[in-house]
Amino acid sequence: MKSNSFKHGLAFVLSGLLLAGCESMSTVDETEDEFVSETPEEQAVNETSGAPEDAQVNAEAMAAQQAKEAAEREQAALREVRTFYFDFDQSAIKSESRAALAAHAMFLAANPALKVVLEGHCDERGTKGYNIALGESRAKSIASFLKVNGVSDAQLEVVSYGEERAAELGQTEAAWAKNRRVYIEYK
Amino acid sequence: MNNRVVYFLLAMLAYSPVFAELTIEITKGSDSALPISIVPFANRSGQPMPEQIARVVSNDLQRSGDFDVLPTSKMLSLPNSSSQIHYRDWRLLGQNYVLVGEVALDVPTGNYKVTYELVDVYQQKRIVGEVLSANAKGLRKLSHRISDRVYEAVTGVRGAFSTRIAYVTSKRLTKNKTEYRLQVSDSDGQNSFTLFKSHEPMLSPAWSNDAQHLAYVSFHSGRPAIYIQHIKSGQQRKVTGFRGINSSPMWSPDDSKLLMTLSKDGNAEIYSFDLASSSLTRLTNHYGIDTEASWSPDGQRVVFTSNRGGGNPQIYQMSIRDLVPERISFEGRYNARPRYSRDGKSIYYVHQAGGGFHIASMDTETLENVILTSTPLDESPSLSPNGRMIIYSTKLKGKGVLAVVSVDGGAKYFLPSDHGDVKEPAWSPFLN
Repeated sequence: MKSNSFKHGLAFVLSGLLLAGCESMSTVDETEDEFVSETPEEQAVNETSGAPEDAQVNAEAMAAQQAKEAAEREQAALREVRTFYFDFDQSAIKSESRAALAAHAMFLAANPALKVVLEGHCDERGTKGYNIALGESRAKSIASFLKVNGVSDAQLEVVSYGEERAAELGQTEAAWAKNRRVYIEYK
Repeated sequence: MNNRVVYFLLAMLAYSPVFAELTIEITKGSDSALPISIVPFANRSGQPMPEQIARVVSNDLQRSGDFDVLPTSKMLSLPNSSSQIHYRDWRLLGQNYVLVGEVALDVPTGNYKVTYELVDVYQQKRIVGEVLSANAKGLRKLSHRISDRVYEAVTGVRGAFSTRIAYVTSKRLTKNKTEYRLQVSDSDGQNSFTLFKSHEPMLSPAWSNDAQHLAYVSFHSGRPAIYIQHIKSGQQRKVTGFRGINSSPMWSPDDSKLLMTLSKDGNAEIYSFDLASSSLTRLTNHYGIDTEASWSPDGQRVVFTSNRGGGNPQIYQMSIRDLVPERISFEGRYNARPRYSRDGKSIYYVHQAGGGFHIASMDTETLENVILTSTPLDESPSLSPNGRMIIYSTKLKGKGVLAVVSVDGGAKYFLPSDHGDVKEPAWSPFLN
């Protein structure tokens, strides 16, 4: 029992390390590659479904189906992340935001009728007018990322609230970090 | 005796301002303050006094930082007219000026008739005096007028006590619901009233130069838009509601145009909006952020915030003729939201230093600058119409409050509120 939970824990830590490694190395181009690799896989499943007698092929199809479902679950889990954080006075997307943003992009590209509002926010430091513009820059960075990954302009709306809607109250670096954000709101 | 106390209390209740939202806490007086005595005015009206004129005047002059008001308890006598003044008493107390006065009843109208005189102790002569009248509700206004006259007689600068301030309050009702209000009050925070209320953010109130209108940004439609509201009637007009940013409205000196920031053409750029024709003129063109523009008093220059020179906000100035921006702030990584002084020779702005954001001033010719405040989150400086004081917003024990500092940094006071956070102050022009 004890060793079991230890193994689980180890596996969790390892996968965490792997993920962390992937995330910090991933770039816009890599995530695009991910989408490209998705399409041939689907085609392969469709082609093999024409020969149901072959048990071998059937098992492969099932495995492919399971892999696809697992991938979908993973994508859905990634889309749970709706808030993306930024450094002070910066509107560059952080590397750890890319995997979840790519999942949103894929989902939106596959569902062109869906629309989102990208809400840009800042921490309370600095001036309100500048923060309105900075919040927009942040939301537009996210919008560009989504567009590069296949989302159409018509699906995106950008609204900046500047420093007017703090997610976290208080004058600490931790609170400020939570307030420098873009929130993706599905309509 | 007891009866009189009760009568007085009742009168206080009846006439006390409905909603005294902001109170005043003086934190720092000026070293060069002039000694002045404001003697309590004799009440010969036969009616209770809803406002103690001498108290209102004392508070006005004390918080200006230019005067050091003698407490009544230290006075050797309580004269009510210049003829009753024993100059030796006041010289002994080291006083330069004495204000005396009395209140009588103006029988035909039932109004209060107020007589006041300001005397110069060393010259032993009266330097200003008037007879004014007001009803009970007007006594406070009358008191501010006396403060204005005293201030001008002594300093040579017009007093700005009879002016107003506009500001935004926000109060969290629940985790997801905040009430925002655009408020207008007297310059001492009294007699406040709500101009506009919403559950969405409001910011950047700006007074028209005729003091009749406020321009501001409101999100109440769900998207930011610029509005103009007539203060007396409450009538509201939507000026712009373009896709993207609609922010930082600022009136031209003749009130015919608004400077504003719009991002409809791609990113934050500065435009001039002509109010009569509703036509837009674009003033900046850069992929960086351009915002928070303000007109010079002569209407010839515009000063604004831009991050065009390396990504962090700095202050730029341009002539309205050639529209070529020239950077004027070089110290520090963050300089923003500039406003010209009344003579257009300097600007007041927000400057980051040592991790904090402070109000600073800069000479637009020599570029010499001075940091005026020391609290960590100071912003939104707005100059009093006589150019002597700057009202700004800051944080005090985690709460947004308004603060005022003299332009030389000498005197300072806070205007804390018991009603949530207060921010975005804008000092009105002279009202008449």
